[in-house]
Amino acid sequence: MIDKFVRSVAEAMAGIKDGATVLIAGFAQVGEPRALIDGLIEQGARDLVVVHNTAGRGREGVARLIGEGRVRKIVCSFARSRGSVIFEEVFARGDIELEILPQGTLAERIRAGAAGIPAFYTATGAGTKLAEGKEARQFDDREYILEHWIRGDVALIEAWRADRWGNLIYREAGRNFNPVMAAAAELTIVQTQHVAALGELSPEEIATPGVYVNRVVHIEAGDPPIKIE
Amino acid sequence: MSESANWKPLGREELAARVARDIPEGWSVNLGIGIPTLVGNYVPKEREVVFHSENGILGMGPAPPAGHENAWLVNASRQHVSLLPGGSFMSHSDSFALVRGGHLDLCVLGAFQVAENGDLANWARSENDNAPAIGGAMDLAAGAKRIWIVMEHTTRAGEPRLLRRCSYPLTAGGCVKRVYTELAVIDVTADGFRVIDMVPGLTLAALQDRTEAPLLG
Repeated sequence: MIDKFVRSVAEAMAGIKDGATVLIAGFAQVGEPRALIDGLIEQGARDLVVVHNTAGRGREGVARLIGEGRVRKIVCSFARSRGSVIFEEVFARGDIELEILPQGTLAERIRAGAAGIPAFYTATGAGTKLAEGKEARQFDDREYILEHWIRGDVALIEAWRADRWGNLIYREAGRNFNPVMAAAAELTIVQTQHVAALGELSPEEIATPGVYVNRVVHIEAGDPPIKIE
Repeated sequence: MSESANWKPLGREELAARVARDIPEGWSVNLGIGIPTLVGNYVPKEREVVFHSENGILGMGPAPPAGHENAWLVNASRQHVSLLPGGSFMSHSDSFALVRGGHLDLCVLGAFQVAENGDLANWARSENDNAPAIGGAMDLAAGAKRIWIVMEHTTRAGEPRLLRRCSYPLTAGGCVKRVYTELAVIDVTADGFRVIDMVPGLTLAALQDRTEAPLLG
């Protein structure tokens, strides 16, 4: 019997190694696997490469992971942003490496990683400062730049409902980076708000088939802590 | 925004309404942060426009009334929004494939500078900013079928923003089709900037005084 559920966050995080590349989903704290990020902080792996939309806000979650000196490099689309106080401090000290990417290039590089495509050309960023050092090529009179895949050792995911095969359904805008990151890592770890019996999730609504998922932990995290800006 | 005896600049809300007037039924549209976001409030309900948000929302509706916010439904500017009947959710990778694949009819963005060849600068004010926020601006600028810019005609210090060449780092080259300011609506054409509308009482000469690049009337 396939059963990907584990009993605790600690069990879910077991075996994450120093130096791992960790894909962390979520956008504006919606669909962000907060319990798993706390679990990673607890677990202790260091020297991490973190791939996340931002370099963290406030003092919790990804910001705390950075603040505790555990992140060697952050790959994101929003580095300096409102509330990125901890990143600013650590970056000013020279204690973190930054790779800044257009948000669509970030998502597409992860999708390429998921699909086994080592590199692709995109018009996004062509002719800008971000094209420096990247191979450029013309197709049909337009300039494109070469971008490489991103693959994770680990992905941290938040689902709305999950079954024991690891099939996942997301809630509203909580989907965001979750499906693409879940598909692009060696070890995909999911926290789910609700547990469904096998066969209960509509096959037509499953956004992440269980084949991508390794471990699931049931966490009733509640609503995202959204502050209106 | 300065005023003169002869003409009055549009306020933020009037400017948003002016942009909304030009968006036809049936377009798929992404609205950037700031005044562009306000544009959605001025598209009449009976005119069906499909609004997109980068975080995977298509068919986005206006902000819900106070007390009815849905914590799971925020737009790319981290504001509470709603979903209209017919709306759908998608992953970030699908959402940006939609953007980058040219499936948006229009994206309305703010800007620091626009050049007469359509170059756009809206993400960094200096070559030396080493930890900026890009978000989806470069994807939208390179991917949408057309980019309209909403911005103040000059900087607070009175420096022009409609230039021969942008001095700030580019977001994308040659992407801007039209610029809306508090003074005028200006198309980017093969021959440069062409003024297609001005606030009542403003002259082309007075507008040119506030614009570095030459304006065609």
